[in-house]
Amino acid sequence: MTPRRKRLYAIVGILVGVGLATAVALKAFDNNLQYFYDPSEVVAGKAPSDKSIRVGGMVTKGSVERKAGSLEVQFVITDFAQSVKVSYTGLLPDLFREGQGIIAHGRLHDGMFVADEVLAKHDEKYMPPEVAKSLKKPVPPAPEGST
Amino acid sequence: MATWTWFHKLSSPPHFYRIAGKMIPWYAIPAALLIVAGIYGGLVTAPADYQQGEAFRIIYVHAPAAWLSLMCYMTMAIAAAVGLIWRIKLAHALAAASAPIGASFALLCLVTGSLWGRPMWGTWWEWDGRLTSQLILFFLYLGYMALRSAYDDLTRADRASAVLAIVGVVNVPIIHFSVYWWNSLHQGSTVIRKGGPAMPPSMLIPLLMCFAGFTLLYAALACVRVRAEVLHRERNASWLKELGQG
Repeated sequence: MTPRRKRLYAIVGILVGVGLATAVALKAFDNNLQYFYDPSEVVAGKAPSDKSIRVGGMVTKGSVERKAGSLEVQFVITDFAQSVKVSYTGLLPDLFREGQGIIAHGRLHDGMFVADEVLAKHDEKYMPPEVAKSLKKPVPPAPEGST
Repeated sequence: MATWTWFHKLSSPPHFYRIAGKMIPWYAIPAALLIVAGIYGGLVTAPADYQQGEAFRIIYVHAPAAWLSLMCYMTMAIAAAVGLIWRIKLAHALAAASAPIGASFALLCLVTGSLWGRPMWGTWWEWDGRLTSQLILFFLYLGYMALRSAYDDLTRADRASAVLAIVGVVNVPIIHFSVYWWNSLHQGSTVIRKGGPAMPPSMLIPLLMCFAGFTLLYAALACVRVRAEVLHRERNASWLKELGQG
């Protein structure tokens, strides 16, 4: 074996070793690497109820209720299998709307998810407003002044 | 074999120095044209997005910067491996020259993403898989540069930093697949996806021009920086003295 070939094998060996180690580590920490839980996992009791977690899903159409005179808002998020009711007091991100994917951070209290932070999740689809309108998406076009 | 003679000739510093010098305008001019046209198309002629409005236009810098930071890392790691295996100093020079370019674009990607995330997601920063792995990429670049500068001896700096660059390659697929492996805040890719790009041509064409422009920009910057590396490494070589006199 030439020294050159030896070095080549050593580098391939390093890459395979580090790759395997990383794969095993990522697999082991899979749960910690999930950024949020699905409503199904919450309903099935897989999400811890004694600490703050994130729950992500689609805001169910027609579920958003705003309390008059306050910033409190309640809505239902779903993964189209199970759903979770969320209550939140505060400013919502621009992309928050019914039919939109969101991620809420907070705790479970008697089946109600009390959020202290709500983030909007954007999908990978981009299109001009006219196209969105003509597609009759469940999502309305962006209101004016939205950034 | 003709290819090998060509390759060996290219790996000789004086020859490469000349070729790279000649190539700079061939990369830089199309890069400038493509970036100007792509940015103009993205900022002016492309329609606003139905959800994000005008803010989506940051994609014309953010996505090409992200691409460049990954492509640059792969170039750096492959060059480092070639340098280690075949003991080609020029390959180490290319790896060393690439690191600051990649670091700059990784940072640009993080900053533009953060600026977009604040209005869209409602946060500047979240520790989700994509954001965290991209931050690690930035730190890998910084670590690579720091490790190099810790050695006085160039040969040892080359070898030690090459191992770091090669080990860091595992992060590249993690960045790409993070949004598919785990629930993440960051969306999946728009251009490379099943069913084709999720974007109309009016938005996509300027974006593709920016991708091509950024790639050529990397090639131009790499040529300039490798030439500087070669000058530094060969500062006592006779061909450089002749070049200085001639």
